[in-house]
Amino acid sequence: MAQIVGGVFTSHVPAIGGAIARGLQEDSYWKPFFDGFHPIHRWLAAARPDVVVLFYNDHGLNFFLDKMPTFAVGAASRYQNADEGWGLPVMKPFPGAEALSWHIIEHLVASEFDITMCQQMTVDHALTVPLALAWPGENNRPVKIVPIAINTVQHPLPSPKRCLALGRAVYEALSAWPGEERIAIFGTGGLSHQLDGERAGFINKDYDRFCLDNLGPNPEALTEHSALDIIELAGSQGIEIINWIAARGALGPVAHEISRNYHIPISNTAAATLLLETGEALSKVA
Amino acid sequence: MTIGHQIAEPRQRRTIPGTSLFDGEAAARGYALNAMCYSFNDEKNREAFRADEEAYCARFGLTPEQRAAVAARNVLAMIEAGGNIYYLAKLAGIFGLNVQDVGAQQTGMSVEAFKQKLLAEAEN
Repeated sequence: MAQIVGGVFTSHVPAIGGAIARGLQEDSYWKPFFDGFHPIHRWLAAARPDVVVLFYNDHGLNFFLDKMPTFAVGAASRYQNADEGWGLPVMKPFPGAEALSWHIIEHLVASEFDITMCQQMTVDHALTVPLALAWPGENNRPVKIVPIAINTVQHPLPSPKRCLALGRAVYEALSAWPGEERIAIFGTGGLSHQLDGERAGFINKDYDRFCLDNLGPNPEALTEHSALDIIELAGSQGIEIINWIAARGALGPVAHEISRNYHIPISNTAAATLLLETGEALSKVA
Repeated sequence: MTIGHQIAEPRQRRTIPGTSLFDGEAAARGYALNAMCYSFNDEKNREAFRADEEAYCARFGLTPEQRAAVAARNVLAMIEAGGNIYYLAKLAGIFGLNVQDVGAQQTGMSVEAFKQKLLAEAEN
């Protein structure tokens, strides 16, 4: 039986990728953010996942406005990173957990989630930066991936409630997977930030704390706001919290906090990292 | 059987101060500009834009409003013309502007003042 070991939730600001490329982890601007990954590195070394199911949003690398899926699930054996237009180094391709992808897709469609399936899908910084943070170093990538992209660009956006339900359906799929894999769930983006408009630079510590406090024990609390409420509370791009909400659903009913980090600012963003462990993982340890 | 004749109510749009929502109307209005910006994922296209901006914009059929906003490097005007920030960021990159430069421009602050404002958020 496959085992879901836990969830890594992190901001994915592109500038973090630039800082990694330039080796700035100990620089005074960056250190408070990168230090949040020390407990995650220790936990990953013990939890030894071999698959990551990663919820993120594309920023105009793979998807353009000509065809914009609300939910898209990767079903490839390999995912290429590519030039996003502003100078981030292009990372090596990531191996895909192809058979597990199709299993998730089968279960989601059977559960009436009308998703888009992608056998070719370039992956942008929202996927590459969190994996590079979790497993530093060019040749230190012990996992295969299943990317799940959520539309945070073109309104109308999916509701937070629907994102949680999607994640829960992914949990059911993973629970029914007969493989022996150890699976980690990633949710990327956020927390509060806004890049565009006269309100650019907007940050909301109170809402961010509400998200960090409730995501593990009470994710429904985050779904009481609509997508537009969240944009008002967290900024236009703070809506990326819906990736965290979906990822939380995929962890299953019980999730205990192992560590968290919250630091303002990284670029225009209130940057956060949260590590949750599943009840399943805890019971195996006990 | 008659079907009740429903008169469409004008949709109540949510307004959030200082924030534009990229809905269908904005996406339709901004399509040409966003399509051009999306092309800048490719370095060849960024070079072509740098080499002949006028011709490159014409190739994508930018509206006069979009063309003027790009010529003026005015991000708020680009958004008004339907530009979406995720795509516009690729254009801003060609001009050597990062998201903090863009934030400063939109809020009418110096880049230094904009960065200070963000740092101050940690203390609030």
